[in-house]
Amino acid sequence: MDYFIELFLSGLTRSSIYALIALGYTMVYGIIGLINFAHGEIYMIGAFTALIVSTVLAIYGFPFFAIVALTVLAAIIWSSAYGYTVEKIAYKPLRNAPRLSPLISAIGMSIFLQNYVLLAQTSDFLPFPALIPEFQFMEPYAHIIGSSDLVILLTTITVMVLLTLLIKYTKTGQAMRATSQDKKMAMLVGINVDKIIGITFIIGSALAAIGGVLIASHIGQINFYIGFIAGIKAFTAAVLGGIGSIPGAFLGSLILGLTESFATGYVSSDYEDVFAFSLLVLILIFRPAGLLGKSSIEKV
Amino acid sequence: MSDTQVILYRDVKKGLLVALWFMFLTFPIMVIKVNPIDKIIIWRWQNMFLVGGASFFLYLFSQIFLRKRKTSSQGDQAAKPSRLPFQQALITESKFFIPALCLFGLFWLSFPWLFSTYQTNIMITALMYVVLGLGLNIVVGVAGLLDLGYVAFYAVGAYSYALLNTHFGLGFWTVLPIGALLAMLFGILLGFPVLRLRGDYLAIVTLGFGEIIRLILENWNEFSQGPSGISNIARPGFFGIDMSLDAAISYTYYLMICLVLATIFIVNRLQNSRIGRAWFALREDEIACQAMGIDKTKTKLTAFALGATWAGMVGVIFAAKTTFVNPASFTFLESAIILCIVVLGGMGSIVGVILGALILILLPEYLRAFSDYRMLVFGAVLVTMMVFRPQGIISNIRRTYAIDEDLGQNTVRQKE
Repeated sequence: MDYFIELFLSGLTRSSIYALIALGYTMVYGIIGLINFAHGEIYMIGAFTALIVSTVLAIYGFPFFAIVALTVLAAIIWSSAYGYTVEKIAYKPLRNAPRLSPLISAIGMSIFLQNYVLLAQTSDFLPFPALIPEFQFMEPYAHIIGSSDLVILLTTITVMVLLTLLIKYTKTGQAMRATSQDKKMAMLVGINVDKIIGITFIIGSALAAIGGVLIASHIGQINFYIGFIAGIKAFTAAVLGGIGSIPGAFLGSLILGLTESFATGYVSSDYEDVFAFSLLVLILIFRPAGLLGKSSIEKV
Repeated sequence: MSDTQVILYRDVKKGLLVALWFMFLTFPIMVIKVNPIDKIIIWRWQNMFLVGGASFFLYLFSQIFLRKRKTSSQGDQAAKPSRLPFQQALITESKFFIPALCLFGLFWLSFPWLFSTYQTNIMITALMYVVLGLGLNIVVGVAGLLDLGYVAFYAVGAYSYALLNTHFGLGFWTVLPIGALLAMLFGILLGFPVLRLRGDYLAIVTLGFGEIIRLILENWNEFSQGPSGISNIARPGFFGIDMSLDAAISYTYYLMICLVLATIFIVNRLQNSRIGRAWFALREDEIACQAMGIDKTKTKLTAFALGATWAGMVGVIFAAKTTFVNPASFTFLESAIILCIVVLGGMGSIVGVILGALILILLPEYLRAFSDYRMLVFGAVLVTMMVFRPQGIISNIRRTYAIDEDLGQNTVRQKE
């Protein structure tokens, strides 16, 4: 039973990270209908920035909490800047191009960013400092759930609540919903669509950066390739829940994270990625709109 | 007119801002390099200025390019050019076409005699990518289905030869059709359920499929010997004659030339056939296509399966050429390279794809110093081609029928 609970909780941690990345996919897809292939790379860049900043600060002898705060802040700032720039360079000029063009451009951007980090930094795995402290009060439960798992879960829930509030109740959120429903109409009522798309990319990238810092600190090592697999899995989660839908992204991440955790725990860990991909293929075949997504009817 | 050619003050100011932004953007990753174990920081300030300068000039060039394109497209509409542009004349008019073809043909036929075995080997690789590019071109360029797992079919071909040869001792010529058929079968198996999906979902599913195949090959040790791969695969045979290594490589080279020619011939015939026209139509507008009575699923499936067939064939040749296969040869990056060939060359254009393959495979081989930057450049090529020249180096020329007003007759005209 303990093993089951352990797998369940580690599945939840996994799900939280997937959810943080999947939100970026789902928001961008909802608004411009594009699979942002480079999103996984944004997450990787967030983790790398965090590693660099935290190491530099640690060498200069900053106190622990200052390091954590500044690291998270730096990761968010630079990830958002990358997300925004990628949109401006690779997607904005292709707004009215055929569907295939922005997709190919996104794949190109993903390959470019991966190799950029590989060349500018290193191809080796780098050890990532533990930014999440071990809490005293967690000690009695340490055999089931670690402090970092708890922090990841709580952060994800907070982010989820904040994001829902932002989208439901703020002017920006309203504008985002309007843009995703009908871009032309949104322009007519005076919404700066380009600005809203930029903001969407920034929010998505910031979430990915938070995910990147959390998971890197949890696992303890990163390299330039972590974004690719994480990105595809988060995308799977987004599709599973119904791409374009924010609650769907959470549900999808939850299912994917738990499935992976139990499958690796009870079946075999060699095929961890195969489970995720097979789940993706099956979902797309049997329910292309996802669990919570609306199936769209194409009109002429 | 003058403001189209001259760089304005405004542009320089904007360029400086762009440079500053990129210097900020790349600051942590380009400038700082840390060693978390030894607690060492390396500051690389020179990179910051490199990035700044490079982004400044790239911005100015892109502005000039965009402006030129704008004015030239306006010019085009004003006065329609009566003469075909040079690059198209080279392909379509026989007085240029035939001598050029003869020259190229002679060069390629005499290649193994003119150059060393090493060069021939590189050329074989390039030719393999030509065929792979042409195969993927059917799927992506002609039918408009973005397949990111193309390398999976290549792997199926390579492993079918590797396994059949080591376990059952089957020869190259027996396995060549078997490998092609198996790849086609996989193409149909995958294509049947997923071709109902919209374009971008299809891309992800094929990507997932490619990874599944690679992961299975990597982990199923009893079947594929895992990451260590299969070695000592027989080279292609020629009526049982024993050949030296050099002769075997030359032989493989000519084999590849034959395959390239056959592929070009078949693909070219296919494009102008009924099914080829259906593919083009499907790429342009699915709904209109269905309204015209084209069976969407069947047409897509044909494209998918045919593309896979070529990948399977090249896979068999790859296994025979290197005499060794392992899963590391079939990563997503390989799919990305083949996609890059198609996009760079021009989607749907046969000459373009051949040119794209030769450029992308041969250039990195001869510019060894820059080989680290290969994938970086591939990524950049995909983005820049999509933004600045989506039709590729040589855009596809399609046969169109137009009514000539003066003669009142139907004439066949080649049009972009």
